[in-house]
Formats: sequence, structure tokens, C-alpha cells
Amino acid sequence: MCALVESLRRPFDFAPDTEFTLEVNPDDVTPEKLRLWRDLGINRLSLGVQSFDEPELRFLKRRHTARQTIRALEQIRTAGFRNLGLDLMYGLPGQSLKRWTETMKTALSFAPEHLSCYQLTIAAGETPAPPSETPALPTPFARLAARGELTLPDDEAQRDFFLLTGQFLRDHGYVHYEVSNFAKGERYCCRHNLKYWSHTPYLGLGPAAHSSMAGRRWWNHCSLQSYTATLAKGELPVAGSETLTPEQLRLEALCLGFRTREGVALEIIRQFPGWEAVLSELQGSGLLQLTAGRVAATPEGLVVADRLPLLFVD
Amino acid sequence: MPNIRNFSIIAHIDHGKSTLADRLIQWTGMVEDRQFRDQLLDTMDLERERGITIKSNTISLPYTADDGKEYELNLIDTPGHVDFSYEVSRALASCEGVLLLVDASQGVEAQTVANLYLAMEHDLTIIPVINKIDLPAADIEGVKEQIDRELGLDPDMAILCSAKEGLGIDEVLEAIVAQVPPAKGNLEAPLSALIFDANYDSYRGTVVSCRVFTGQVRPGDLIRTMYNNTVHKVEEVGVFRLTREPRKELTAGMVGYIIANIKTVSDTRIGDTITLDANPALKPLPGFKEVKPVVFASIYPISADDFQDLAEALEKYKLNDAALVFQKDASAALGLGFRCGFLGLLHLEIVQERLEREFDLSIIMTVPGVRYEFILADGREVTVDNPMHYPDPSSIKGGREPFIRAHILIPERFVGAVMKLCLERRGVNSSFSYPSPGRVEITFEMPLAEVIIDFYDRLKTITQGYGSFDYELLDYRPSDLVKLDILVNSEKVDALSMIVHRDKARDWGVRVCDRLRDEIPKQQFKIAIQGAIGGQIISRSTISAFRKDVTAKCYGGDITRKRKLLEKQRAGKKRMKMVGAVEIPQSAFVAVLKTEIPRSLCACAFLPDQVPILRLLFHHFSRVNPCLPGSPGERGATLQRHLPRFR
Repeated sequence: MCALVESLRRPFDFAPDTEFTLEVNPDDVTPEKLRLWRDLGINRLSLGVQSFDEPELRFLKRRHTARQTIRALEQIRTAGFRNLGLDLMYGLPGQSLKRWTETMKTALSFAPEHLSCYQLTIAAGETPAPPSETPALPTPFARLAARGELTLPDDEAQRDFFLLTGQFLRDHGYVHYEVSNFAKGERYCCRHNLKYWSHTPYLGLGPAAHSSMAGRRWWNHCSLQSYTATLAKGELPVAGSETLTPEQLRLEALCLGFRTREGVALEIIRQFPGWEAVLSELQGSGLLQLTAGRVAATPEGLVVADRLPLLFVD
Repeated sequence: MPNIRNFSIIAHIDHGKSTLADRLIQWTGMVEDRQFRDQLLDTMDLERERGITIKSNTISLPYTADDGKEYELNLIDTPGHVDFSYEVSRALASCEGVLLLVDASQGVEAQTVANLYLAMEHDLTIIPVINKIDLPAADIEGVKEQIDRELGLDPDMAILCSAKEGLGIDEVLEAIVAQVPPAKGNLEAPLSALIFDANYDSYRGTVVSCRVFTGQVRPGDLIRTMYNNTVHKVEEVGVFRLTREPRKELTAGMVGYIIANIKTVSDTRIGDTITLDANPALKPLPGFKEVKPVVFASIYPISADDFQDLAEALEKYKLNDAALVFQKDASAALGLGFRCGFLGLLHLEIVQERLEREFDLSIIMTVPGVRYEFILADGREVTVDNPMHYPDPSSIKGGREPFIRAHILIPERFVGAVMKLCLERRGVNSSFSYPSPGRVEITFEMPLAEVIIDFYDRLKTITQGYGSFDYELLDYRPSDLVKLDILVNSEKVDALSMIVHRDKARDWGVRVCDRLRDEIPKQQFKIAIQGAIGGQIISRSTISAFRKDVTAKCYGGDITRKRKLLEKQRAGKKRMKMVGAVEIPQSAFVAVLKTEIPRSLCACAFLPDQVPILRLLFHHFSRVNPCLPGSPGERGATLQRHLPRFR
């Protein structure tokens, strides 16, 4: 860990206000490690909590227990981390809105600066779009679902879960800045996340990492073996890349923008023929709102954010 | 006059006609044995790419018989489907004899009987041939008995063969020489030649296939078509080998082709008589009939921009298919398109298939219908083959619809199920006959409209593949006809309207509403689908609005995947039709009339090792020859594997 951070600090100049996040699981956390992380300059932790409910954790095949999570949270705060994000998961089979609300309440009792609440989805047989050398294996959940042993809540219930989550967290003072992301005030919006959605350049290091700059996107080999082998040959470990056409950039701007509170600049929307009618219709049906030159999804619009871009393209 | 034998092979749909034809070609040494399949089919691919025909439907086989004499055996191929019975009759009129092919395992079927009657009408020598004797299920004695009892032919004359294994082919060839009467005709009389087929060649124009009955014709002659009354100058005459082979002349008795700068196939009529302009025959050969379409449907381009392309494609297609008729049509839901008339449902499917394959068009075809007659209050009579032209209901005094006589041949145990099917389809005046023990021929008079959708499929299903079906048009009969409209969110989708018998309107309404519900994707709002007669709603279904559609995570690698999905959806959207605010996919229009596999193609059976035959099928679509060998068991899977269009 020290070596890794050192090797990052050597070539890169870290700004004083760098957001330096470490993703950890509750069972990773010990007071010693926390001290080390602090010393290395890590100033934000993202903790894979998922749930505070034991049966749910077992269902999700997590290594940690709720008790471990609570201890980890206490230690993190004691160690002086003032920027903490929790990952939670909802929409689990058999989960009620009430139980999910309880989970959120427990999470809020630790006053996290950031929450990522992900609806459980099954990536059945999905192949990764950037062609990489390892084909995506169906997840264990996908296999369960294929056997009919796993049923997710239906659309209507998922919608209820989604709307409730947003409403509950907003009521508790969180900014709903993206479909699944909430921050306790503007300054805790995750900069790491935001860059993905605004075509900001980013560099990803390590196997399977994606990078993007100036309309070009590339991704590293997934397997550690090909990654190191390519590096050993003195080449970049890039497995593939794409250069986006202006049209593709526009399309992405819509599909990423409609997922965020920031929305999409009206100048971009204007480039889609017939946009006026679509926009006014979607404003009328309460899915989009136009404020200060930007078009953003309402909470109702966020529930169907995947559809919205399609309505603007011919 | 050379020793000419003009003959045809007639058979039920999968009794092995094409295979036998191929064997005869091979046996007479037209192609070297070893190279037979490969060579023939390779050339075929090449020619297909160029869009011209190679293996013409007619072929002259030079044959040295056991008696040591040279013969010219003209095999005149016939389309094997009821849609094309007139064309079959003209081909048979050009022959002196036929091979009546019967599958040793399947026995005599409805089309075998129908074909026999056709051959008898033309006074032809009939040689029964029992094919597929190599099959384990072959029942030669049983089939001989059927030939005796059901066909009234001498079973001892039947030749046993297996076209697939090449058994008995010599016997077939010798029987043609010995039994088919030699072609005769007065050479000195004025020219009379029967047109039994016509194909379009992009370099030469129409190539007319004909049988010369009297006189002779040479390049340079001015010929006149006696019904169409057009005059053309002959450029080339010849006979069909594997390719066209020019000759100095065609003389009485011969079968061959004439090229005379005839621009489109539509300029010729099957059954017309060709004579010399300078020295015309006294009267045309008998049997000419105007071919009239009986099944109608509209074709629209998926994208309105493609209308011009569709128009051009139809024009080009028509060059080689005189039977297709079409005229401009406009739908509020689907825009500009064409109302087309077809000889039957198979013909319709062929046209659809070829437009999509060969012209790369995405089209929507509406539910096929028939031509109805209406008697109006003011005494006028109108014919309506397009639901959009359904008269004002208050002005209608009565309606009439075309009836057919259906002949259905089945094993006895299916009688109940088939009766039920026919009665459901408004069948009347049934009669039974028992051509042989265990087998029943059911005859029903039925509305044509009831058999053009789904009937053959259903018959095959309920008889486990054993039922066979043939029909002839009878007459127009009074019928209580209404127009069923389909409304999507209260907007009438005119392209889905149909004229139906009042008793059937509800069933249809329910069926269409259900199919549409399954095919139209969820949209932002609830969609109501209704079937209505006038203002009265008779069926309905609802598509709920989609409620949740957002993916939870969208980071680094997800973005590309997400955009690609969007791009795919965007492409899919181009195949949607907007009706009001509702997007209806092309598949919805198709689903309304489709079962799983197109019915007529179901009848074309083939084994996996006969895939080349499948290619042949598509090639032959121009002059339809769906008589493919094979066993019913293998149909669906192979078909679906090879015809990706059929989901």
C-alpha cells in the first residue's frame, strides 16, 4: 500500500484539496490500517456496507456481518475520517420498503457524508461492451435467476423503492446528485464520480481500468497476466479504445446528463432536431425540468432515465 | 422430326420431385456424375448473384435409349402449389405424359389426386412412380393398393425408385421413352406455340418458354401473341440445356424458348398462343385464362423515405412475376404503400421474402384479405379488396365473399378434429369418401378468407403432419360482412382494419388486441388497444406504462456499454411506426397474422443434408417450386436455422 501510494506521488503532483478515496469493506478495517491510510494522505473512505440486516448480507454473500460494519464505522470516525461514503443495496428479493427504510435509518445514524444506494440488478450474460480478453461470466445471481430461484421486485415495486430512497434521503438533508448517489451538502459530492458524467478527462491505472481524454476512451487488459505481460514488453497495457464521434458525444451527454442533478446544457439539447416538442412534452409530463439553461430529470424522470435520451434522437 | 418426349413430374409437396428431376439430369449425362451436386449448385450461386436463372424449370435431356435410338426428353417442371394451378395446367397442356410421383412412406395425398385429375383432363399418359423405396417406413404394397383403389391406375405399371439413392432411374427413363407418346404436330401448318412460362433475363428481356404444336419459328420471324395481341421480332430461339442453347429453329413438337425483345414478363401471358404475324393460326390454342389475384394485402415501407425504393423494387420484381398486381395505396398510420394482389398466400410470402432479401427493404405487410362484393342500397354493386374502401355501412344492402371447395385427405382417426376445424372456419356442405381403408377424403365448401390465414398450419398440427389439403375456387356467396377496426389509444390504425364475417369479428378483435399487447413495448403512458365495429368496442387489451427504467451504476466501463445499447435502441426505433404518440414495432404488424412458421413453407420439408435444396428453393422462388423432399419431422428446426427472417 505504501509503495503504491509512493509510486503515485512520484509522477503526479497532488493538489492540496485532492479527493483521495479508498474503497474498503467493513472487514478490512482495523485501527492500525486506518492510521496508515490517514498517514498516506487518504482523506475519504468508501465503505461497502450493503446492508445492516444479517439475512440480507448472507444473501449478498458478503464476508462481513452487521456488527463488523458498526465497529468499522465507529473506528473510522474515531480515526478522524471526516469524509465517509457508504454503499448500500436495495430492492433485494423479499425486501420490504419498511426494512429498507430501517437500513437507511441505521446508515444515517452514522451521519455519512455520502451515500451510494444501488438497486440490485442482475447482469445476466451481459458481455462487456469494450471487447476485452476475458468474457464476462454470468454472475452467481444471474445463474440463480436463470434457474428461477431468484426473483427481483417487479417494475412497480422497484419504482416505489427508488422514489422512496430519493425522497427519504432528500428529506434528511442529502443532495440527490445522481441516480444512485447522495451527498450531505454540495462539497461532499464525489468528484471521482462526477468526472465520469461530464466528459472530464480521467486516467485509470491497473487492470481493467478505463481512461478518457479528448473524446477518446481506452481500457486496460482485464487479466493481471496480460496486463503485466504487456507492460513487460514496454507497451501500454491497453486492450482497446474508441474515439467518439461528435454524435456519440452528444448522445452520451444526454444519457449521462439526464442521470445527474446538473442535467444537460440546453445548447446540447438544441442540437437534436425536434427537441422543442420533446422537451415541452417531457416537461409537461413532469419528467424533465428546465432551469437556468440546463435540462435535468425530476425525481420521476430519474426513474426512467434510460429512456429519456431515446426520446430526443430520431 | 426428332424423337421427342414431352413430360412433366407431378407429385404431392414433399414426395421427391426435385430430387428425381436432378437424377434424370444426372443420368442423361448433362453433368459429370462426380461433380453433379457441387458443380450444379456452385453455378447456381454464381448465377443467383447475377440475378439470372440457370437451372431453368424446363430442360431438354438428350437420351440414348436401350433401343439404341437418340431421344430428346423434355422435362417441363411445374409449380407444385395450389396457388399456381393455372400455371400447372398450362405446363401439362404442353406435355404428352406425366410421371405421377408417390412417396412410398406417405402414400397418395390430396395433391396427388388433384394432380392426377389435372393430368387426366389433358389426356396425358400417366406413369405412376413410387419414390423413396429405400426408406425404412416404405410400404410399397400399401402404396400400390392406393394407386389401384384411389387413383384407378394399374399398380403393376408403377416403377419403383429412390431418387435419393439413384435406384430405378434407368427404368424411369425407359418408361418415358416407351410409354409417353412421341410429340407430333404438323410442320406445314401455321405456327401455334403455347406459352407455359416466362422468365426475365436482365440482358435479354423476357425469355418465353413454349411448346410448339404446329409450324415452326426462326430468328427474324415476326410473331404475334393471340390474346395479348402484340407483335415482336424474334431474336433467338433455342432449347433449355443446363443453360439456354440457341437453335436455328423451333419446330412442331419441340419445347424451347423464344427471345423477342419483350421488355417485361407482364407483356406475355401464360397460356397465350404465339403465331406468325404473316401467317397466323386460325384460332389460338384452348385453355387460356386471365389469371386473377385472389389474395390481397398492402405493403408499406418501414421508413417513409423508402417509398421510392419500394416502388422501384416492385417494378423490378414484376419483370419476372406477371401474376403480381399492385397499385398505390395510402394509409394514415403507415403512409404511402401499395395494395397488392397475389395468387395465394404462398405467392404473397414469396413476394414479401424476395422484396426483403433481394431488394434489402424493410416492409410491413398487412393482414391478407380477399376480394369482397357489396350490393348497395341504390342497387350498385362494388368489389372491395381493401378494407379502407369498405362502403358506408348504412349504404350496404348485402355482401358476398368467395368460396372454395377444400379437399382434405387424412387418416381416419383425425376426422373429428378436422371436421371441427372446418366448421370453425365456416365450412358447409361437407361430404366424405373413403378412398381406401383407414383414409378419408373430406370435402368442404368454405370461405376463401377462412383458409388464407393459419388454416394449413392448423391442419398440419392437428393431423400430426398427415393431413393434406387442396382447393379450388367455387363462387361468391352472400355473407354478413363487417369492418373490424383496431384502435391504439383511440387512434384508428387503418392498416390493421379488416373485413370479416360478423360471427368472426370478436375472435379476430381479441386475437389482434392480444398480439399487439405482446408486441408493443411499454411506453411512458398506458396504452389501450381496442377492436371496434363502427362505434361498438368488441375487444380490448391494455399495455401498462413502463414504471422503472434506469440502471443503478454508470461508471468508467459502463458508459461505452450504455451508449452502445442506446445506439442499438435508436436503430430499433427506426423500425417503429408512430401511431399517434405510440410507437408500434414492425413485428406487431407481422405478429397479427403469423403463427410460428409461415404455413406454406411448413409444407416444404427437407432434411439437414438437403440444405442445397433449400438454396434451390429460394432460387426457384421466382417460379416457385416448393416440392422438396424430406420428412416432416425435421421441418421446423432446419427451416428456422436457415431462414433467419422467420422467428
